[in-house]
Amino acid sequence: MAQIPKPSREEVLKSVVEILADSFELDPKKITPTSTLYEELDLDSIDAIDIFTQLRELTGRRPDPADARKVRTVDELIDFVFEEIDKTNAGVPEPSAAPPATGGDPGKQ
Amino acid sequence: MSRRVVVTGTGVLSPIGIGVAANVASLRAMRGGIRAMPEWSLIPDLQTRIGGPVSGIDLFAHYPRRRRRTMGLVGLLALHASEQAITQSGLGEAQLQSTRTGIAFGSTTGSSAALEEFCGPLFTQHTMRGLDSSSYLKFMTHTCAANLASSFGVKGRVLPMISACTSGSQSIGAAYEAIKFGMQDVMIAGGAEELHYATAVTFDLLMATSIRHNDTPERSPRPFDVKRDGLVIGEGAGSVVLEDYEHAKARGAKILAEIVAYGTNCDGLHITAPSEGGMRGAMDLALESGKVRPSDVDYVNMHGTATEIGDIAESNATRAVFEREIPASTQKSYTGHTLGACGAIELVYSIAMMHEGFLAANRNLDELDARCGKLGYVRQTTEAKPRLIMSNNFAFGGVNTSLLVRLVTE
Repeated sequence: MAQIPKPSREEVLKSVVEILADSFELDPKKITPTSTLYEELDLDSIDAIDIFTQLRELTGRRPDPADARKVRTVDELIDFVFEEIDKTNAGVPEPSAAPPATGGDPGKQ
Repeated sequence: MSRRVVVTGTGVLSPIGIGVAANVASLRAMRGGIRAMPEWSLIPDLQTRIGGPVSGIDLFAHYPRRRRRTMGLVGLLALHASEQAITQSGLGEAQLQSTRTGIAFGSTTGSSAALEEFCGPLFTQHTMRGLDSSSYLKFMTHTCAANLASSFGVKGRVLPMISACTSGSQSIGAAYEAIKFGMQDVMIAGGAEELHYATAVTFDLLMATSIRHNDTPERSPRPFDVKRDGLVIGEGAGSVVLEDYEHAKARGAKILAEIVAYGTNCDGLHITAPSEGGMRGAMDLALESGKVRPSDVDYVNMHGTATEIGDIAESNATRAVFEREIPASTQKSYTGHTLGACGAIELVYSIAMMHEGFLAANRNLDELDARCGKLGYVRQTTEAKPRLIMSNNFAFGGVNTSLLVRLVTE
């Protein structure tokens, strides 16, 4: 499998800010590394699913819902992207057919 | 247990205005809302090129993202109309969020635009890339009822009534019954419809759309007119707050009207062709259950799709029930056919006509089709004091509804 070149932290921050601003109509100036996703940026579990879906373009893999659920800030989101890229590059298999990422309740269909 | 059910709030968005007052002004002025739809030229085969969009408000800009995130246009129309109705009713948060408050709301389908966004890539390219996790919440059939419930924090029953052109009237009927029989004290009820070329295509395929007025949109639809050539698709939402009479009195609410009866039945015949007998049956059911004599009814708010067979069947059924030239007209001649919304919009108009003291004219009725039943078709805006109105709607599947609404002034 092709290795994903490691972006810089600034590059990932730029991508994350872009995703957040475009998807959730947030002012990019108000998104900082310390911003909390669920409180300061007022996102919720459905929004988080969209974030992690879009991040797959950067990480090359489907996230483990349990790992995704732990992410609370923009900084942690950037860490998460790097960990995922490392996993992809190390050939760690994707989690098998998993329930949706994050704290959303998929039980109600 | 059988309780009186009253209306304490109404709201509407339609091609002829946003809010009850704007709609009344258009009705009084006989101002229609049908316009050319050049944006539909992306479907070269589509014959009808006129429609009735809601204009003058950008609902996506009106609501913050968080509020509208899981709503397509149809959901937002439902939300805006319901907010109008709730504001007028004076209900507070605690009453809305009581387990004794529910919702009955319908549309023909969920948001077609969201369906297009989701199913376009999925069905043609078999890819999940770019798909939005909330799309389904916008296009699911009960998107209006579900999103209104979330938006208002409703904890009572949620009844999505999805029956094409009777979605709105069946929602109001189901809400009426929920209160009448003591299951709830308050119900938010109505219907909504989002204009999309897919709907126009659907009726075009059935050869039911108006195609001769693409250059003269103001002259179509022409319900009951000898030169009518089919329906025009419209957009909008109507919403009412229904309430147990004692509940409304106890909180000092202003009561606008009383729902006296709701008749609904099925033709049990053809999936699309109307049945005069079925239509008549629904009207008879309403009169019987409301203990109302035909002579007590002041005006019939007709479905009036402007299709050849529909208008003939409906007008003859109405004549057979009332056996007189009862004042009658349809506001689809202003709004076009708002499908899932029309039953609710037309009930809101009926209540407005009782309060404002007029009967809305049937636009574009220049020469009555001789095959239509003899009724007192209202040709010009007429000052009148209607106190009891029957509002009828009919849908694919042979579904018929008849609502009786009475003016309450106290």
